[in-house]
Amino acid sequence: MSNTTLVSPSAEKAAPNWRDVSRMALRALRRDWQSGELRVLAIALLIAVASVAAVGFFTDRIQQAMERKASELLGADLVIAASRPIQPALAEEAQRQGLQIAETMSFRSVVLVGETTQLAEVKAVGPGYPLRGALQVSDAPFAPPQIVTVIPRPGQVWLDERLIQTLGLKVGDLVNLGVREFSVAQVLAYEPDRAGDLFSIAPRLLLNLADMPSTELVQPGSRVEYRLLLAGDPAALADFKAWAKPRLADGEKLQSVREARAELRSALDRAQRFLNLAALVSVILAGVGVAIAARRFAARHWDSVAILRCVGATEALIVRLFVLELLALATLAGLAGLIVGYGAQYGLSGVLGQLVSRTELPAPSWLPVLPSLATGFVTLLGFGLPPLLRLREVPPLRVLRRDLGPVNPRLLALYGPAMAATAALLAWQAGEWRLALYVCAGVAATMVALSLAAWGLVKSLNLLRGQVGVAWRFGLANIARRGPGSAVQVVALGLGLMALLILTLVRTDLLSSWRASLPPDAPNHFLINVQTGEVEGVRAFLRERDLRDVELFPMVRGRLTALNGRPVGPEDYANPRAQRLVAREFNLSWADALQEDNRILAGRWWNADDRGQGVASVEVGLAEDLGIALGDTLRFQIAGQNVEAKVMSLRSVEWDSFRANFFVVFPSGVLENYPATWITSFYLPPDRKPVLAELVRQYPSITILDVEALMTKVREIVDRVIAAVEYVFLFTLAAGLVVLYAAIQATQDERRFESAVLRTLGAQRKVVRRSLLAEFATLGLLAGVLAAAAATLLGYVLAEQVFDFTYQWNPWIWLLGGGAGALGVGLAGLLGARSALNQPPWRALREG
Amino acid sequence: MRVECEQEAGSGVSVAAASVWNNPAAIIQVENLSKQVASPEGPLVILDDIGFSIAKGESVAVVGASGSGKSTLLGLLAGLDTPTQGRVWLAGVDLNSLDEDGRALLRAQRVGFVFQSFQLLTGLTALENVMLPLELAGQSDARRQALDLLERVGLKARARHYPAQLSGGEQQRVALARAFAGNPDVLFADEPTGNLDQKTGHRIVELLFTLNREQGATLVLVTHDAELAAYCDRILELDDGRLRPPSVKQPGGA
Repeated sequence: MSNTTLVSPSAEKAAPNWRDVSRMALRALRRDWQSGELRVLAIALLIAVASVAAVGFFTDRIQQAMERKASELLGADLVIAASRPIQPALAEEAQRQGLQIAETMSFRSVVLVGETTQLAEVKAVGPGYPLRGALQVSDAPFAPPQIVTVIPRPGQVWLDERLIQTLGLKVGDLVNLGVREFSVAQVLAYEPDRAGDLFSIAPRLLLNLADMPSTELVQPGSRVEYRLLLAGDPAALADFKAWAKPRLADGEKLQSVREARAELRSALDRAQRFLNLAALVSVILAGVGVAIAARRFAARHWDSVAILRCVGATEALIVRLFVLELLALATLAGLAGLIVGYGAQYGLSGVLGQLVSRTELPAPSWLPVLPSLATGFVTLLGFGLPPLLRLREVPPLRVLRRDLGPVNPRLLALYGPAMAATAALLAWQAGEWRLALYVCAGVAATMVALSLAAWGLVKSLNLLRGQVGVAWRFGLANIARRGPGSAVQVVALGLGLMALLILTLVRTDLLSSWRASLPPDAPNHFLINVQTGEVEGVRAFLRERDLRDVELFPMVRGRLTALNGRPVGPEDYANPRAQRLVAREFNLSWADALQEDNRILAGRWWNADDRGQGVASVEVGLAEDLGIALGDTLRFQIAGQNVEAKVMSLRSVEWDSFRANFFVVFPSGVLENYPATWITSFYLPPDRKPVLAELVRQYPSITILDVEALMTKVREIVDRVIAAVEYVFLFTLAAGLVVLYAAIQATQDERRFESAVLRTLGAQRKVVRRSLLAEFATLGLLAGVLAAAAATLLGYVLAEQVFDFTYQWNPWIWLLGGGAGALGVGLAGLLGARSALNQPPWRALREG
Repeated sequence: MRVECEQEAGSGVSVAAASVWNNPAAIIQVENLSKQVASPEGPLVILDDIGFSIAKGESVAVVGASGSGKSTLLGLLAGLDTPTQGRVWLAGVDLNSLDEDGRALLRAQRVGFVFQSFQLLTGLTALENVMLPLELAGQSDARRQALDLLERVGLKARARHYPAQLSGGEQQRVALARAFAGNPDVLFADEPTGNLDQKTGHRIVELLFTLNREQGATLVLVTHDAELAAYCDRILELDDGRLRPPSVKQPGGA
């Protein structure tokens, strides 16, 4: 900005027009770039844009893939789903209105071959299935699939690749399902409406609906999903929908393409939000980097601005010049960021893509381009503009009196826009205002806490000052004197170091805490669907086989219909989890003794006098979600009858104990007359698996859930999501490094001058080096300790509040944080000052 | 090569002629000194073949128009910069024979500075600024000496103030105290009144010369202020990088 010839000294001439100003701005951009002043700014912006773009491009591909599949995912245009057989009248009316129909039933059951058992997702399909999309089968696992228009013939089953492999089968072999034997006719390669790939855990089996009764698998109380598939032209569908809606029985639900695969969608939404937040953390960090770099950039331009003002540039012109220069920079850095982000999303697709679709994802569209670029601009405007706007306050008198700068601003006025920009970005990206608010409040609180702690530490350094030698005194005095500046520097360094610590220690701490919460002998098998008449037999069966202390719990299904006499439905709740809970049937149970891993948090457990009374104990998380308080009255509909109960206690439950647990428990004497199934869980060593085959042969309708496979699968999914988030965290890491670099650079100019003065007064280079090291290492140590505190707190909150397990304290984080901070920042500070140290002091003095 | 040949009553200036240190009375001896820097238009000669010597206890003003090379010469004399050609002996040591740290050590032991823009370290209190050269020279009672010096410049009460809390004149007084800390043999002053108003400047000059007399140091003063130059025993006039023929100052001119 030192070019003054473009500004006309003549007062009569109008202010330079936009074209002239743009030309000046571009020239300034080139000059400032060459002098290296803009590089940190540009890199910070690039990272912000790249991280948002990578996540944006990737989620766009996923959304495209899902929309393409949406209709197919349903296997129909419209579906009526229910947990009980669907009224035949619906199918009859649909056919009368000229719609195609098909029926399916799906449930989980064990498939048996010799001694080997395997839990499978069984689907029985009627003629016409599927109405949309097509089945694909092959003759052997992983052979090229073919599209077929038929369904399995009676007596035949189609097994998917996983089931075939797990059971060691080939086409033509025999398998047992329930009490019947079937022959394996095909390998099922693809079914359009299979439960989404993401969290489908069990392998799949397809059979003909006509064979269902002969398997004797469906018993009262069994968990079965009945579906009536419908397809036809849109007008007829709309007519039918209007007719059917008021006639649907309780538990019958209409699903159209739009509602399809809500679980998959919400799971992906959550993953997407997670990724977005990870990207946003990088954006915030990059913003901090931008803020620091912009401050330095502005400070370096005070002189030239003063000269420009002297020769007649107005405040408006100064602002326009710098804003244009920075907008040009943001555009260039943003475009570069887009390219980096576009390349990076391929990595993300590699990590996560397979979870969504086995085939190649559709190519990314250009939709994320604008939001990503906008992120760059918002970051720049929010964080970079405030210090630049202060340039207009540089008084022209500075030309004569170098000590004059812009007046000291209010911090809020400076960074209010930054906070607002961040909040807007968060809300926009996360799609949830409340979440955005929480995150912003959290970030703001962290910054304030860090600043206060930093300020306190910086001040207390003053006490040390008299106790140390000249180099250390000078270094420490510098920190204390810069007070607020040092505190800002400590906070910035702390943020950068915190990002590093979270990426290294806290992450592994979280994972190992999670693993530690699952002991090796945690129950790895569930028995469900045990009929009341079978309970004694099963208990004896297990006892005879040394599986002692196995307790069976009764389970009755009921829907919550009213709270304190007021009817409740999903529409009464904003929280999606609450909606889901209310929409589904609860598993209710009864017990006289409190389960070992349960704890009463409010109210009291019942005694003998309460038996048979309408009281209940509610799990505390459920109570929070549904707004249930101690003493409230709940009404459940169980098998068509209303059962009322007063909440007598609230309990906490260790859900990850892998024991059977229930949201709502009644005392004995209330639910015994309703249809119940029983459930239990136990640990079975791998070498005793044959016990399961024996059990299934004796009690064919019992379902065995091998949760070891489930745990493995869940772990795999979680690991993948973690891997993807970690991948995005690489940007956070990069942003953290930029913040560190910018924070170190921020005071480099002053230090060049100071070391020149020191050397003029006769300090040898090693003394100057030691004082620099003292200052930077101390800054780094303070920042590292604060970063360790913040990272520990964050890890603790994540573990206890979000993941619900006990956080394991890691003492190394303090050592690593402080050590890495002192060493890393100290060395970086020395390296940054190296050129100044090797220059004759005279030159630095005369420039300064 | 040019040889400065002059004798003046009471000043003890002697002849420097050879490339060896041959005048034990001279604290500074300069020989064939040249400084060139690169510029867009090719090499730019700032100092061209300068030679002179300054005797112990003498006060010398270096004057000349802006851009004549005065400040560059001062930087070279103090070993803050390196010449393109020629030599400087400072307190008997050839500066060319020392490395950067060797020159720093020499400055710590022998040299004090006063600058136009004070160059106080803003992070240190007035007292700490004055203590700095004493500590760098390894003196044990730096605090006491520094307090004494601050008392002599009339700023003892302000010892704990930071430079930003002091006026320009007060800052320059702190700078004077710092310059004389450790009893330097040579004091270099670069336009010491350039940033001060006339009245304050006058007071600073008086203080500078009083302290200089009391301590018996050699003073090299760069200035364009003829009045200030007149306080000195001798004037070296630079013109476009060259030394003008000497003019003998009338005794009693100060």
